[in-house]
Amino acid sequence: MPETVKFHFEVDGSDFSSAGAASVKVKKKLRQLAYPPEVIRKVSIAMYEGEINMVIHANGGTADVEASDEEIVIVLRDKGPGIPDVELAMQAGYSTAKDNIRNLGFGAGMGFPNMKKYTDYMRIDTVVGEGTTVTMKVKI
Amino acid sequence: MMADYKHSVSLDIEKCKGCTACLKRCPTEAIRIRDGHAVINSRRCIDCGECIKVCPYKAKKATHDALSVLKDYKYTVALPAPSLYGQFDNLDNIGYIIRGLKGLGFDDVFEVACAAELVSAYTRKYLTREDVKKPVISSACPAITRIISMNYPYLCENIMPILPPVDIAAALARSKAKTEHPELSDEDIGIIFISPCPAKVSYVKNDFAGERNYVSAVVSVRDVYFALLDEMKKTEDEPLESTESGMVGIGWASTGGEASAILNEKYLAADGIENCIRVLEQIDNSDFTHLDFVELNACSGGCVGGAMSVANPYVARARLKSLKRYLPVSPNRPASEWIPDEYFSEKEVEYNPYGLLSSDRKTAMRMMSDIEEIAKKLPGLDCGSCGAPNCTAFAEDIVKNESSADECTVILKRILKEKGIDHDLLYSDFCNLVSRETLKKENGDEDK
Repeated sequence: MPETVKFHFEVDGSDFSSAGAASVKVKKKLRQLAYPPEVIRKVSIAMYEGEINMVIHANGGTADVEASDEEIVIVLRDKGPGIPDVELAMQAGYSTAKDNIRNLGFGAGMGFPNMKKYTDYMRIDTVVGEGTTVTMKVKI
Repeated sequence: MMADYKHSVSLDIEKCKGCTACLKRCPTEAIRIRDGHAVINSRRCIDCGECIKVCPYKAKKATHDALSVLKDYKYTVALPAPSLYGQFDNLDNIGYIIRGLKGLGFDDVFEVACAAELVSAYTRKYLTREDVKKPVISSACPAITRIISMNYPYLCENIMPILPPVDIAAALARSKAKTEHPELSDEDIGIIFISPCPAKVSYVKNDFAGERNYVSAVVSVRDVYFALLDEMKKTEDEPLESTESGMVGIGWASTGGEASAILNEKYLAADGIENCIRVLEQIDNSDFTHLDFVELNACSGGCVGGAMSVANPYVARARLKSLKRYLPVSPNRPASEWIPDEYFSEKEVEYNPYGLLSSDRKTAMRMMSDIEEIAKKLPGLDCGSCGAPNCTAFAEDIVKNESSADECTVILKRILKEKGIDHDLLYSDFCNLVSRETLKKENGDEDK
């Protein structure tokens, strides 16, 4: 059983200006834990994109991060609308974000592609009408 | 090298009451209250000057050279920061300041605003290079450069490698002095920067410009302001000097001035250290390549908001606006098509992280777990009475053996109550100490 540290965050769905706050906190903690900059960067970008997704589509949710010597696991859970077609959602540039959100500079359809690009493992569990859980892993 | 870092923020222990004003405002959590007064962790401090500005007891000070430093040199050149021009009410001509500086004993004046125009011109050239990582982040604010070097390894290479205007001004002023006075040696010439900024003092004292540090001393805008006021009145009838700077150079004094001088709209300009940190976090996490340039100023309003200046930054900015109105746009033009080598900083900004719990990750993880657990048990008021800026920082201090749990007065009060220690008795002791009745008694005693 490897030793791990766990962090839990609530992601507020009502406030765009604080979107990304959890990833900022995780970044600081991983820095204190002496993880290499590349690992911190990957975790922070993947988590940031995931947080933004939760705010745009699912009215927020929770973020859990578990850090060990081998990997960092990020689990983002929301009770949003779910994703009807995961394959389509994974395509670069595909977005269902409304214009008002695109006008804020979000919703360019790069969220999932970026999360996949910056992590070594990504899994999406989603049920339409119930919510989505995204699990990502970054190897050390 | 970091252990020897010379900071420009210092503390007058006599004046410090150990209140939490600076503790709460420090953007890097570098301050703790220990034994009744503030202690600054030099490794974390970025010299932003927030604590100086916020201290109600004026216990925090910026260390800088005194004006008497002029006596140490045979020949002195004043390098006024453009923000100096915004300090004076009803000033309609920068020439009064230049003449006044000479009246104060400076042999020559070289305006930093002139060098700023050269830096702006070279920045425009630099941005056209293909090998440049965008967005380019301004190197002008030393507090920003320092926080990037501590927290953002991937943004270090975004920092513009061209030297800030004051270094260029110092180099040009020095070579001008040598050309005009070949009899002078380097030690004879004093290049004296008149600065609104404590971070610039540490920048100079720590030789950040390396071999290219041509500044001999840094005096504060505040000190010069009071000396200059008299001098400007005294010399009112003498012929006026004229400014050589234009709108662009003077614009550098406040937020957006430097960025707008790249002459395209692909820039972002922010001020206030907390706002700048938010921008840095966002650049660090997402794609900002649609921007060419990012100007970040730790002080609200930009350099006019520096802790060593006098005027309200927004008033100063308004004054500068009318001062530069009839000046040419950018009269200082670079002589060469290429950016000369000596305009580049010799040192690249290196990543130098702080706050590591332990270099051994297993130990660090155990400590982090404990911090998380302890933080959960703390009241979460972030009141600062334990001497740490917030409960999480307090939990860290406990785990690092830098503080102990009994510093938490909120928990202490709860425990006293739970243990059944006579609350009423404590309460009456407390009332005896601070109540109005006591006050009346004291005053009454004095009356008799």
